[in-house]
Amino acid sequence: MAALLSHWRRRPFQLLTLLLGLATATALWSGVQAINAEARSSYDRAASALGPTPRATITGPDGTALDEAAFVALRRAGWLVTPLVEGTMATAQGPLRVLGIDPFTLPGADLPDQTGETAFDLSFLGPDGPLIVAPETAARLAGADLPRLIVLPGVAPGLAYGDIPVAQRLLDRQGRLDRFILLDNQPRNRTPLAEVVPGAVLNPPAPGNDMAGLTDSFHLNLTAFGLLSFAVGLFIVRGAIGLAFEQRRPVFRTLRALGLPARTLLALLLAELLVLALVAGAAGIALGYLIASALIPDVAATLRGLYGASVEGTLSIRPIWWLSGLGIAVLGTGLAAVSSLWQVARLPLLAPAQPRAWARASEAALVWQGAAALGLAALSGGLILFGSGLIAAFVMLGALLVAASLALPLVLYGAMWLGGRMARGPLAQWFWADTRQQLPGLSLALMALLLALAANIGVGTMVSSFRLTFTGWLDQRLASELYVTAETPEQAQAMLTWLEPRVQAILPIWNIDADLAGRPGEIYGVADHPTYRDNWPLIEAVPEVWDKIAAGDGVLVNEQLARRADLWPGSVIDLPGGGAPVLGVYSDYGNPLGQVLMGLAPMVARFPEVERLRFGLRVAPDAVAKLSADLVNDFGLAPANLIDQRSIKAFSLQVFERTFTVSRALNVLTLSVAGFAILTSLLTLAAMRLPQLAPVWALGVARGGLARLELLRALVLAALTMICALPVGLMLAWVLLAVINVEAFGWRLPLYLFPGDWAVLAALSLVAAGAAALLPALRIARMPPARLLGVFAHER
Amino acid sequence: MLDVRGVTKSWGTGEARQQVLRGVDLTLAAGQSLALTGESGSGKSTLLHLIAGLDHADTGSITVAGQEMTQLDDAARAALRRGTVGVIFQQFNLIPSLNVADNIAFQARLAGRADPALTDSLIQRLGLQNHTAKYPEQLSGGQQQRVAIGRTLAARPALVLADEPTGNLDEDTGERVLDLMLELVGESGTALLMVTHSMRLAGRLGARLHLERGRIAA
Repeated sequence: MAALLSHWRRRPFQLLTLLLGLATATALWSGVQAINAEARSSYDRAASALGPTPRATITGPDGTALDEAAFVALRRAGWLVTPLVEGTMATAQGPLRVLGIDPFTLPGADLPDQTGETAFDLSFLGPDGPLIVAPETAARLAGADLPRLIVLPGVAPGLAYGDIPVAQRLLDRQGRLDRFILLDNQPRNRTPLAEVVPGAVLNPPAPGNDMAGLTDSFHLNLTAFGLLSFAVGLFIVRGAIGLAFEQRRPVFRTLRALGLPARTLLALLLAELLVLALVAGAAGIALGYLIASALIPDVAATLRGLYGASVEGTLSIRPIWWLSGLGIAVLGTGLAAVSSLWQVARLPLLAPAQPRAWARASEAALVWQGAAALGLAALSGGLILFGSGLIAAFVMLGALLVAASLALPLVLYGAMWLGGRMARGPLAQWFWADTRQQLPGLSLALMALLLALAANIGVGTMVSSFRLTFTGWLDQRLASELYVTAETPEQAQAMLTWLEPRVQAILPIWNIDADLAGRPGEIYGVADHPTYRDNWPLIEAVPEVWDKIAAGDGVLVNEQLARRADLWPGSVIDLPGGGAPVLGVYSDYGNPLGQVLMGLAPMVARFPEVERLRFGLRVAPDAVAKLSADLVNDFGLAPANLIDQRSIKAFSLQVFERTFTVSRALNVLTLSVAGFAILTSLLTLAAMRLPQLAPVWALGVARGGLARLELLRALVLAALTMICALPVGLMLAWVLLAVINVEAFGWRLPLYLFPGDWAVLAALSLVAAGAAALLPALRIARMPPARLLGVFAHER
Repeated sequence: MLDVRGVTKSWGTGEARQQVLRGVDLTLAAGQSLALTGESGSGKSTLLHLIAGLDHADTGSITVAGQEMTQLDDAARAALRRGTVGVIFQQFNLIPSLNVADNIAFQARLAGRADPALTDSLIQRLGLQNHTAKYPEQLSGGQQQRVAIGRTLAARPALVLADEPTGNLDEDTGERVLDLMLELVGESGTALLMVTHSMRLAGRLGARLHLERGRIAA
């Protein structure tokens, strides 16, 4: 054991490389897992806010609220119901979902953990009662102007339970109850609902807001990134372990020759690796916690913006997460070490020492790598042609990335060979030949760099293409300069009369919620106006589509609905009140719901009860401010009911930018890990370079010249890797835009090219490679001749 | 061609300081050959490395082809090695990434004196014609040493420094390699300084100097 461990004592940098590589890999993986676990726990708690299973409810017509008297009437008529007031209130510390409950009629078991018992307490009752919130929510709301907070673990994040009067006061709904929940075991001979509360509607149990399902694609995306970072980290570990085992090969052989059984040697090496994995894993988990803590506020904001999910921006520590982090560290080390251990197990006792065996074996492995790359590329191609579903899309991505990284050494080998063939001078010839010989030692780090660069190009292209499409689409969709929502139909009518002479056009935006192809969706009515004819982002449409829409000949559907239910021009969509032909499909980015657009008149005819409160106003942009002020002053309209185009666009872009903050952060981390991989590889190889460099130095190339060549070598390899990463990254972007987006969100985005971004990335990777090579190059430039002479005095 | 005056060299510092060369003088004219003998640790290789400009002398002067070594910086010494001096090492020190043909041509091309006809002729005479595409690790020790000799002579240096060129070879191979080297050096009129601890091999050169504890003994 002492003989084995002495290797690490003599090479502390190699030990540090191994530990840092493993710790980084574990950190990025476990950090992402922590974020996912936190979010999923939030969804679970939110889903069980009012019991584990959805129940039927009673509301007013179209889901409107009912009077408190309705509750008394229902209970007296034998209906076992419990009232609910729910809504979201704004606080200085962010939004808070308030749930007003009646602890006397709501079964305590339906509330999480101790909430039921806490609520069934006199101090909970009355208009001055407290709110029950989760610890992380309480921390966020510290200092907010709210009733007293009771902190209970198990409450969903961002949610507060309160007594009915408290919720009514906070949500400004005095005397109103949003809905009644029907409890189990209703008596049989109840008075019919229509007789007890005329106009009330009995709604069947609605499937809960399946946040876990909705956000699956987001979490899968994060997991894929975590896995990519983990793979990049493992490249470092594999490189360090491979080198350490190779350097210790003579020691292994001596130990075996002295009588140590192969099994014992393997057991000792396994024990050594296990200890290293546990130490690095523990450090990695701590680092992962820091990364997750730093990223989770942005993740929470993304989930809120994209899916409306409530996740607190704080992280709780879970033992299972620690254990899985250590597990993944051990597993990763095992994966990285398996081929080295296999070589030790098969080590021939009498074979002569072959210091370059590792490099030669790697060169021989190129053929196998090439074959594996071809196989994986074929798998990826097959999945593009025949695969479907999000998992298949990610498998395709994984196969593509692994194929590209396996093919890289082969491509570089070819490039070095070609360089050598084309070189004229002896130094240039030696440069290419020597670089080719160095490839086995550097290929793992270069593969890591390729993955990181490809991911960067792919994700960058996806985000930039999305941004370009999204901003163009916003300009098209938000054509009206001002959006106004009246508070009552009477106010709306008065406003319309007033607005008529003051604006260029008034465009009603009326909508109802409806089930579309089996899922919740929305139906909009739009006026026949050039605003839509000129701007609406149609992907496909029949000729003269707007005339037909206005005439009520059919409807438009948004892309996500079209793709999900396969509804294209020529199809017929089932709508409340009868089917309608689909006349066209429009893009509708960022909307998780299916949407149908129909003419205003056909809509009013089909849904006479539609609320007629919202309007888009076409008005000169410089008149927006005055018009808004007049509407507030003359009609007493709340400023919140007026939204100008610029504000919506700014808000939408802000949501967009936050959505990709996490992707960008992980991108930068992955690239940093790859840079670190190159640095460690070059530093480790620097010590092994002397036998190659010393003869050239002795033949008349100064140390400074050799150092410059070493620097140039790193730059050339990084540049070639960048060139290889470009098509891989673009392929990745195409898969993300055309396959994963369609699977995850239901819309397909066009691919745009951003050569300026590539130039920046290329410059960055050259700077990173140059910086990584600078230290080894400086060492060569300043190396005492005695060290180089040592090569001539010792057997290589 | 070569003039060494009062050269001293020591390794280490303080109490661990070890004086390797204690004032060495020697001269060698063009076309002459000189054997430098001595026990292990007598400073033979160190002196050779100083003459080749691979290391600095502590004191004294070394003049090669009219250039005073102590006055030259790293780049100038490299240029001198490239153009004027050829070194044959005991460990061959071929360039692992280049094949035999490229190894032999390397220094000549580096010095700007590439002569394909001479290179081909050397390959033939060194018996390496069937090994030109091989890499150093695929050759035996004798073959590697022949490549090293070919590499040095192809560059037509004015001074050849050989550090126990047959020390790693068996006796027969060593004899054959030395014969060839002396023959080729003789033909080119190059000055040769060879380090050896073998009196028998030393006897085959024009003159002999014995180094003992860092000083020329005879």
